[in-house]
Order: sequence, then C-alpha cells, then structure tokens
Amino acid sequence: MLEVKDLTARYGRAQILNGVSLRVGGNEVVALLGRNGAGKTTTMKCIMGLVHQKAGEITYDGVSILRKPSHMVCRMGIGYVPEERRIFGDLTVEENLEVGDRPARPDAPEWSREHLFELFPNLAERRRNLGKQLSGGEQQMLTIARTLMGNPKVVLLDEPSEGIAPVIVEQMARVIKELKAEGLSVLLSEQNLHFARAVADRACIIEKGTLRYEGGFADLDAHPEISQQYLAV
Amino acid sequence: MGFYVAQLLTGLANASSLFLIACGLSIIFGVTRIVNFAHGSFYMVGAYLAYSIVALFPGSILGFWGGVIAAALIVGLLGLIVEMTILRRIYHAPELFQLVATFGVVLIIQDMTQAVWGAEDKLGPRAPGLDSALRIMGEPIPEYDLALILIGPAVLAGIWLVFHRTRWGVLVRAATQDREMVGALGVNQAWLFSAAFVLGAALAGLGGAIQIPREAVSLQMDLSVIGDAFVVVVIGGMGSVSGAFVAAVLISVLNAFAVLVFPQISIVLPFVVMAVVLIVRPYGLFGKEGSGHGAPTEPEQPLRLLSSRATLVLMALVFALAASPVMVSDFASILLVDVMVATLFAVSLHFMMGLGGMVSFGHAAYFGVGAYGAAMAVSYLGLSMIPAMIVGPLAAAAAALFFGWFCVRLSGVYLAMLTLAAAQILWGVTFQSQEFTGGDDGILGIWPASWASSDQAYFYVAFALCIGGIWFLRRVAHSPFGYGLRGIRDSDVRAEAIGMDVKFHQWMGFALAGTMAGVAGVVFVFSKGSVFPDVLGIAQSVDGLIMVLLGGIHALAGPILGAGVFVLIEDWVSRLDYWRFIFGMIILGVVLLAPDGVAGGVDRLLRALGLRREGQA
Repeated sequence: MLEVKDLTARYGRAQILNGVSLRVGGNEVVALLGRNGAGKTTTMKCIMGLVHQKAGEITYDGVSILRKPSHMVCRMGIGYVPEERRIFGDLTVEENLEVGDRPARPDAPEWSREHLFELFPNLAERRRNLGKQLSGGEQQMLTIARTLMGNPKVVLLDEPSEGIAPVIVEQMARVIKELKAEGLSVLLSEQNLHFARAVADRACIIEKGTLRYEGGFADLDAHPEISQQYLAV
Repeated sequence: MGFYVAQLLTGLANASSLFLIACGLSIIFGVTRIVNFAHGSFYMVGAYLAYSIVALFPGSILGFWGGVIAAALIVGLLGLIVEMTILRRIYHAPELFQLVATFGVVLIIQDMTQAVWGAEDKLGPRAPGLDSALRIMGEPIPEYDLALILIGPAVLAGIWLVFHRTRWGVLVRAATQDREMVGALGVNQAWLFSAAFVLGAALAGLGGAIQIPREAVSLQMDLSVIGDAFVVVVIGGMGSVSGAFVAAVLISVLNAFAVLVFPQISIVLPFVVMAVVLIVRPYGLFGKEGSGHGAPTEPEQPLRLLSSRATLVLMALVFALAASPVMVSDFASILLVDVMVATLFAVSLHFMMGLGGMVSFGHAAYFGVGAYGAAMAVSYLGLSMIPAMIVGPLAAAAAALFFGWFCVRLSGVYLAMLTLAAAQILWGVTFQSQEFTGGDDGILGIWPASWASSDQAYFYVAFALCIGGIWFLRRVAHSPFGYGLRGIRDSDVRAEAIGMDVKFHQWMGFALAGTMAGVAGVVFVFSKGSVFPDVLGIAQSVDGLIMVLLGGIHALAGPILGAGVFVLIEDWVSRLDYWRFIFGMIILGVVLLAPDGVAGGVDRLLRALGLRREGQA
C-alpha cells in the first residue's frame, strides 16, 4: 500500500538517508526502529513531501508520491503526526481540529469531533483551551486527533511515546490498537523496542540512514544480537 | 480641555488609515513571511482609484462609499496579480530577495501610476453627507474624522470575526504559527497565501481610499506611508492584527500631542517609539519569539582565499583601474568614482549582511552621516579636505556604535527594522534641522582641496580610499575576527558556547561596516560638492541592498560586481522615460532568473568552462 524503495535524502551537504526501503501493507502496523539520528524522522518527512532533496521511489497505492507537495500527499490519505507535535499554540483545541478537518473518503473510516473526544476524553474537557495551555500528553493526543480529522488511511506516527508520562504511553498503545481495529495502517517510529513490540505487527530497523533489518518480532527476539547492535544505547 | 479632546480625536482619526495599511502588512507577513515594500504602493493605488471612481458620482453618498470599496477590491485584484506572478516564485528565497523584489514592484507601480494619472497631485472631493464639522466641547471636529474613528475598530472587529469564526481565518492563524504543518494537514498553502495577500492588499487599498477627503493624492504616498506602516507592524508584533491596532493608535495619538510641544517631531517620533519598544520588548507588544524568521536556509559555504591565478586577475583589474584616468575621458573617470563609492558602500553592507548575518534596511544612515560629517566639518569648522575626510568616518563610526548597540540585541527581521528606524531617525533629524544641515536645501560647496581638484587627481584620492577600504574589509573577513563573525552568523548558540562574546562581536562588526560606509560617504560628498538628506533615505539603503543582491550574497566578489553593474545600469536607464519601470523589471528579472546574483551566474559560467574548481568561492 505504502512502499518506499532505495530512498536517499540529504539536508544541504549532510546525507541523512542512504537507501531506505520498507513497505506498509493494508491494515498493518509497522514499527520503524532506530537510535536517535538514524533517519526515522527524515524517512517520514520524505514520505510527507517535507524534504526536497531526495531520490529513490515512494509509492502509495501504486502511484508515485515522491515529488508531490505535502498537501497532496495528505489528501491522498496519508496522515502525519510529527515528533515535536507542532500544535498550533494560539488556537483552541477545537480550532486545532478544524485545521486538520478534511472531507470523508470512501476507503477510510470517518472521524468526527465527538468520536475523537470519546477516544481522548481529556481533550473533550479542554476543547476551549489554547493549544499552548495543554500538558505534553494532552498535546500528543491533540496532534493525533488533529491528523485523524483528515480521515487518513495510513498514519505516520513519529515517536508517539517520547517524553510523556508512562500512563499516557499506555493510552497511546491503546490508541494505536484502536486505529488498527478501525482498519487503518500505521507506520510508527520508535526507539523503545518494548513499546513497539506491544503494538506493531512487524519491525524495520534503520541505522545511519540504511535499512538493517525487516521482519517479525519473533525473529528479532530469537536473535538478540540484532537489536543489541542497532538499538542498544 | 476641549482643545486636547480635539487633538485626541484627530489622532484617533489618523490611526484608522494607518491601522488599515499596517494590519494588511502584518497579515501578509504573518502568513507568507514576506516583508512587503510594495504595500505602500497598494495604499497609493487605492487612493488614486478611489479618486477616479468617486469622481464619476459627484455628491452621491452611495457613489463615494461605493467608490472607496470598489477601489479596495481592485487593489485586492492587483495584489493577486503581484502574488501569483512574482511572490509565489520566491517564498523560499532569503528575505533580502523578497524585499528587493517587492521594491522592484514599488518602482513599476510608481511609473504605471504616473502614466495613468500624471505627475500632478490630485485633490479628492469631500465625503458627501460628512462634509461639515461638529462642535465638541467648543472645538470644531470634522464629521469625516468621526467616521474614520469608527472605521478602524469596525474593520478590526470584522477581521476578528473572520479570523475566529471562519475556517479560512483559522487556517490563516494556524499558518502564521507553522505553515509547513498546515500543508502537511492537507491545506494548499499556495491558495492560502494568495488569499492572505489579497486581503492585505485590499486593506491597504481601503486605507488609501478613505484618505482622499483628507489629503492630496500624490506619487509620494507610497514610500512616505510605508515607513510608518513598518513601524506600526513592528511595534504591534509582526503578524498580530490587534497589535497593529494598538500600535497605530499609540503612534497617532502620541503624535497628535507631541506636535503641540515640538512641532518638528512627527517625522522622527514613530521611529523613536519603535526603537524604545523593541529595546524593551524585542518582538513587539503582541509578537512572539521566533515569529520573525523566514524559512531556515542552507548552511553557508566557507570562504576561501583566492587562488594565485584569481589573485593575478584581480591585481590586473586593479592596475587597469588605476591607469584608467590616463586612458578614458574625464566623464568616464567621474563615473568610475561613482562606481568605486558604490562598491565600497556595497562591500561594507555585504560585510554586515553576508558575513555578519545582520540584514540592514538602513545602511544609508552611515553613508549619510559620513557625508554630512565631512560636509559640516568643512562648512562649520572650516577644515580642509584631509581632516574633514577623517571627521566623516569618525562620525559614521560614532553613529554606528550608538545604533548598533541597540540593533545587535535583536535578530532577523526585527534587527532589519531597527536599522531602518535608525536611518529614518537620522534622515528626519537631518531634514528638520534647517539651521545645521540646511534641511532640504542640503550643504553646498564641499569641494576637494586645490591639489586634488582635477578630475584625475580626485580619482586617485577616491581610488586610495575606496580600494583601500575594500582591501581592508577583505582582510578582516579572513582574520580571526571575521571567522568569529561568520561563526556567529551560522550558529550564535555554538559560538556563545565556545566562549565568544556574541553581542560584542556583532556590535564591532556593525560599527566597522558603518565606518566603511562612512568612508564611502566622504568620497561621495567631495566628488559631488554637495550633500542632501536623500543620502540617508530609504532609496539609498535599498540601492545598497540591490547591489549586494545583483552580485549575489555568497561570494566576497559579489558586491564589487553588483555595484559596478548597478551604477552602469542606473547611469544608462535613468536617462530614459519611465526608468523606474525598466529598472524595476530588471530587478525582478534578476531575482526570478538569477537567484544567486550576477557573481553567482559568472561563477557558474566559470565552473562550466572549467576555469574554476568545485568548492571555490
């Protein structure tokens, strides 16, 4: 469904990706694992059309999206939840959701505000508050809810468990399972193998901008030296 | 008491038009991050259009207000054309490009306006139904002023409703904070930008249109209003509409009372207020940190020393220049002095912007102070040429040290705006102080000493000072101080972390650039024999920016080429009718076609021909 082939990317003279290939199938949760600076965020930004100096191929439902501007990528059904959350701090929670609102699409579930407020009850209480008044965990929920307002078929989740309280991390895991239950596909970037194993169907490990491993968690657990080599800090 | 109320009401009436233009500017900046010099042109065109449309319906209330609104709508359409043909292509370009491109639009619109409406001022009609005065506490207040006082808050309320009650408004506010994220959420930024630009332009047009019963419509309206509009936007905080309102009221009311105490203050006051506000609140009253920067640009390439072959070529050129008075006519050697003056001015500006990373919209200030310093030393102190040539740069250095101390506390657009404010303050003071500076009449009769009075002899004086100054700045660029300056430009945080005093370094860089601009000013004043306030003006500052841009900002040789090309083009074009139009078109052509400047283009050509290795700059 979403397929990345031999993707290379750079910022100025700094080469970040040296050939990343991965695919996310229909209704599949794939964890993109790697250390800080391995290229996880850049991979997602490339898919989203937010990095311009790139080569290789990215296709979605067989259509190339490598050169598409980010709003077109979004409109085709790919939702992006950035690592830094990028909440609109001067807009209320409801207005943040309004920005993400897109028309329903036939092949993906439609999310209403009410449905999202059920999924994230904290946000319902704070719907009139400004984005910058929310806690880190609430902002993380808002950024996911905002992306879901676009009724995506695939969600790119960049480090959803980073920098938030353990109780919220558990809630994140529930949300990802809920997305899968609704029929969505998720590409999830993570440094935390434990969290990834709990929610993902498959794992891809990248290091220094190159794909090092792709497969199930069972294989990964059978060969602890792989995660030792590419993930241990 | 009644008198003061009347002053207050006059101030509030003035605030309305200022608010309309400034909030349009602020909306455009907030969404697109473009500092739009052409905004004053939209204001001017709005006034001319309203003048013509209203004249079709003499005495009709509906005709008047319908004409005002129609003018605003047509200006909105003009904004759409400008946005779609020019600005859309340069959203990712550095701020300097955008600024210079919009200045090209200013020149083009100026000549087109003159072609349509002629050079004479137009007196608009009074507003039908509002053409008499009411007595409030015994003082006559024009009814139209009262209407204006209502229009400002009404527009503010309208914009507030649009921004908070419509999806489009929410998107605009979101884009003001993080436009990339808005795009990643499926919003087509191109249309959002166009719409914001159209709204901003229409508001400026409205601001101009409602002024026609109060002031004559003239071709000078564009640049005279843009300075004040910048000030209001910066005081309010770039991108903040309510900030623009508060700032417009603050400036206009302060001005209405300040002129009672000190009648000459109105030119300088807005800039003084802005300087004070920026020192206390570096991002304006309602602005936010980080909202002043454009898109992140690529890291700069390191400067390299010239190869031995390039050094030989450069030396040959300098010697050819030194020998030129023997070979060319007197007229050509006068033109060559102009080129050298412009080159030193451009190199000093480039030193500050390209190496120091401090964009200046007011570099003419130090050029002008140098020129006036020398001129006043001659006319008041009776000094001869050489001592006066020392006094001028010292005066420029003092001015640059003074204003630079404030400026380096800011960065990005705010720093640029404060340099503009500094230049406007100096211009205003020079313009007003008739008894010292001669005001508009300038200072005349500043000629070189008798030994240097021939065109050839003065050529060598100019040669020594200008080429010496350029050589000196080049040396500094490759000195440890220059490395430090470039390090700060690329990352002030890292520079600070290794123990550099960032502000002090920038301050000294600012002062050095200002001093060298002063040297250029001194050479200029003795070559022309006179000096007028426009050497300190916005146009002179923009000329410097255009030279740097023409040459390309990345290479040290850029400003040298840029200044040469600029003076030659100006010398040729300014003899033609509608030279502003042609010149504006040339600027737009360079910005759109050769985004790395003439020197960058030559550099590419040399590389293509194999004369230069990769990585040299």
